Amino acid sequence: MSAPAAGTTLDGRGTERGSLATLRHGIRLTPEFREGLGLTLLLAVVATAGRVVVPVAVQQTIDEGLLRPGGPDLGLVRLACGLAFVAVLVTAVANYFTNVRIYRTTESGLSALRVRAFRRVHDLSVLHQAAERRGSLVSRVTSDVDAMSTFMQWGGLLVVVSTVQLLLATGLMLFWSWQLTLLVYVCFVPLALAVRVLQRRLQQAYRVVRERVGEMLGVVAESVVGAQVIRAYAVQGRTTSRLDSAVDAARVAQTRAQRLAAITFSSGELIAALATGAVVVVGVLLGVAGDITTGRLVGFLFLVTLFIQPVQVATELLNEAQNAIAGLRRVLGVLDTPSDVADPGDGLPLPEGPVQVRFEHVEFAYPGGRPVLHDVDLELAPRTRVAVVGETGSGKTTFAKLLTRLMDPTSGRVLLSGVPLDQVSFASLRRRVVMVPQDGFLFDSTVAANVRFGRLPASDDDITLAFHELGLSDWLEQLPDGLHTSVGERGESLSVGERQLVAITRAYIADPDLLVLDEATSAVDPATEVRLQRALDSLTRGRTTVAIAHRLSTAEAADEVLVVEDGVVVQRGPHRDLLAQDGPYARMHASWISQSR
Amino acid sequence: MQYRLEATYRKRVTRRYLELPLSWHEEHSTGELLSNANSDVETTWYPIAPFPLAVGVLLMLVTTLGLLLVTDPVLALVGSVIFPAIAILTVLYSRRMSPLMTRAQELRGEVSGIAHESFDGALVVKTLGREAGETERFRHTSEELRDTMTAVGRVHGIFDPMMEALPVIGVLAVLLAGTSRVGSGNLEAGELVRVAYLFTLLAFPVRAIGWVLNEIPSSVVGWDRVQRVLTATGAQEYGDRTLPGQAPAALTVHGVSFSYADAQVLHEIAFDVRPGRTLALVGPTGAGKSTLASVLVRLLDPATGRVAYDDVDVRALAPGALAGVASLVPQSTFLFDDTVRGNVTLDSDLPDEDVWAALRVAQADGFVAALPAALDTRVGERGTTLSGGQRQRLALARAVVRRPRLLVLDDATSSVDPQVEQRILAGLRRSEHTSTVVVVAYRRATIALADEVVYVENGRVAARGAHDELLLTSRGYQDLVSAYERAEAERVALESTADEAEVAV
Repeated sequence: MSAPAAGTTLDGRGTERGSLATLRHGIRLTPEFREGLGLTLLLAVVATAGRVVVPVAVQQTIDEGLLRPGGPDLGLVRLACGLAFVAVLVTAVANYFTNVRIYRTTESGLSALRVRAFRRVHDLSVLHQAAERRGSLVSRVTSDVDAMSTFMQWGGLLVVVSTVQLLLATGLMLFWSWQLTLLVYVCFVPLALAVRVLQRRLQQAYRVVRERVGEMLGVVAESVVGAQVIRAYAVQGRTTSRLDSAVDAARVAQTRAQRLAAITFSSGELIAALATGAVVVVGVLLGVAGDITTGRLVGFLFLVTLFIQPVQVATELLNEAQNAIAGLRRVLGVLDTPSDVADPGDGLPLPEGPVQVRFEHVEFAYPGGRPVLHDVDLELAPRTRVAVVGETGSGKTTFAKLLTRLMDPTSGRVLLSGVPLDQVSFASLRRRVVMVPQDGFLFDSTVAANVRFGRLPASDDDITLAFHELGLSDWLEQLPDGLHTSVGERGESLSVGERQLVAITRAYIADPDLLVLDEATSAVDPATEVRLQRALDSLTRGRTTVAIAHRLSTAEAADEVLVVEDGVVVQRGPHRDLLAQDGPYARMHASWISQSR
Repeated sequence: MQYRLEATYRKRVTRRYLELPLSWHEEHSTGELLSNANSDVETTWYPIAPFPLAVGVLLMLVTTLGLLLVTDPVLALVGSVIFPAIAILTVLYSRRMSPLMTRAQELRGEVSGIAHESFDGALVVKTLGREAGETERFRHTSEELRDTMTAVGRVHGIFDPMMEALPVIGVLAVLLAGTSRVGSGNLEAGELVRVAYLFTLLAFPVRAIGWVLNEIPSSVVGWDRVQRVLTATGAQEYGDRTLPGQAPAALTVHGVSFSYADAQVLHEIAFDVRPGRTLALVGPTGAGKSTLASVLVRLLDPATGRVAYDDVDVRALAPGALAGVASLVPQSTFLFDDTVRGNVTLDSDLPDEDVWAALRVAQADGFVAALPAALDTRVGERGTTLSGGQRQRLALARAVVRRPRLLVLDDATSSVDPQVEQRILAGLRRSEHTSTVVVVAYRRATIALADEVVYVENGRVAARGAHDELLLTSRGYQDLVSAYERAEAERVALESTADEAEVAV
């Protein structure tokens, strides 16, 4: 029915944005990342500066202390060492605080981003939600966010620290020997150029990685959820090969990205080694020529290490950055997708009291699909119980979705008590209009918690009372732990019928004025059937009710019946009247009677 | 390397999922299993990446130490104090870190579990306007993860600077100790310079080792969680018997008992079905019918007793042989995100005529023909683009197309209109490939089609016989079956009181 079509994917615009723009956009949407950043950076700079003290101290120790022309000056050595020790301590303390602060801001930022993306997934229309596999949606709030954590923890900080370290090292290096400094820079320029080229390819590679991982999760989820079928038909082989190809696809993508990263990294390594070697050779030559002291040369080598480190880090960082940005892009893909069925913001409340329904020339077609409803134009009086009947695929369920604004009509409009539905605030809409979906989905929790889902805060007494009013006390009592019985994943510890009982109580406690029932089609055991009938009866009494009826018993009990055929309302009226006419309803009813009695 | 290991373990874990019995699956949530296959495997192998580097670094370390010893053993010893210090630090670190990492991975599993469940129930969330509440639930766990990770950062924050400071402190210690030795004339100043330089070379390797050590606690936690799956027991053993042939199979159930963790569900169930006959399993909710259906096709093994096809114990059948004989259509339908054809054939090489024939028996040919691409239409994840009844009919066709010799229908037509259900059951009987059929049913008309009825109550066979016979002899059966009529009567009564109430208003 609802074939998800073009225009409903979640990666519409985000992919075109450049890396830096993506990052900026991500940070703009997550102010948490910037909290207390100033102080953290200051601490980081202090820590870096502390690192530079050590080579200076070593140089002083050697040149002025140990190799002083007039014999070693041991006092100076001790002083220099003492100072260096203090510098190390300061560095360590500054480092500690930087670390702690960084973790705190990063984790807060990631958590906030996660929660925002989660919320957005729920705000997306049913069409968008259906367009993507569950596993893939889950990956957008789990592994895609996790992919960012390493980069966010170290990335921003390292950029600053490395720059400072690079500048300080360069300054000191220039001061000690401009010749050697030039040499080091000559070695690193080609790397910088190579990295620019590689970076673009890395970016592409990591995007593929994130996608493949998302797909893999989807396939794993399917194999876990479908375990029973897979077992019953002994199609482990088929499932395994699907799993394997998904796992392998992820691996191939990761390996490819890693290989690119390795090229960058190892070329960095190579050049670092080259640079060190060159400095030693040229340095010794310069030393012989009397242009540099031994202490400075040793100190210089220290500095080269300090210089190389940020460069190496940068290549590694680039790697993490691409992974992170690819993850961020997928998260932003969700955050940037506009919710096409949105809360009007300053929406109107629905007028109090029973709800009247009006469809004005409503048409509906799924994107890229055939029209499902044609020019539906009707009015339902308040407090009437309406049953919508028709063959599967006739458009009954679409009718219900439009009524509850899970979707908006392609043309025409729906009005509740005279207010156009797209102008009603969500708060008011969801409080007054409740739909009981067909599958009676329950959360993996207790019966009470599932009922409470309909209205917070309902006390246990309220809930017990609700069960009582729906005539379900006897059912509740025979549960092993009463209200606190656990229902299992998707409610599967309960039978289909029992799940419906809970779903009905959940709707009852929400106390809506317009109730839309997408009636469960499952036949249930007679004892539960009796309870269901009783509960539905109490639930619908006094409310405007639209039931998507799969049983004619519901139609019999309704005040009015709408018969839908191929998206058109072909018959309408009370059960008795329709029965008297020689139409589709009478035919349906006749075959029903012959089967169920 | 890291990714190859990851891939290998992902495959192992997911294969294990497929081997483990359903009872194991029932105890573990989807989110948890997803997280096992994803992030746990990932963290396990994460330290592999810097591993080769660490090995190279170790070599560098040994060489440097050797050189140091040759130059001045005393100073080498002074400097080497940093190594036990690093070892102690690492032990302390792991001890603090492990529980935190365990918790963090658990929380990651929970976060993934909540997201999975919540997106699964998106429709309920939306229709009840509970987006904010769900977000709160997610936020709660997400923030707990945040706090745990912040605590990790704190431990990290202590460990990391110390690892960085230690080699430098070593150099300074060597310089200081060296100065006194130079002062007392035991050492040349030039030699001290060399020693100091050698020690500075050590700084990088020590840090690199630190990086690896850093990741080890989380790696161990990931490994534990992965191993828990890989070593989970309960995979079923198979024999090597096969059951060739086309004719309907005889089914024998003898003394079958079954318990879940805390409760015995089946007690000494025994019955048999002759080839080609249809048996209805009837009983109230919770009587154990679905469990029994699972036992019949060996999704579960009974604690005692046996199930046999044509007198061959199902446990003696070779892997895959059972599926060639018996098909179960379960109560909750599961469709793959695949085409209609793929869902029916499950990739076995079957001609389209067979697929259409099966769809006809399942009364699904009509709606499938009307789909945009007929057999090639994709049904969406879990078949979301189809209605409940359509999904059930596809699931039924999936069983029928295999021409099973034993067909077990666990309330498999519950979402189908009664008239369609009648046509399906009639079609099954008319089909040229007749099967022995066991059907769990509620509808009276369905039950009436069976040759024989087994009435199950509280996990025991309470009565057995033809429908009409049981109506006379079994009180429980009579009550159950007549409950529909009572339901009807009650509804009428309710309605008349409602009408009166309205009149009163």
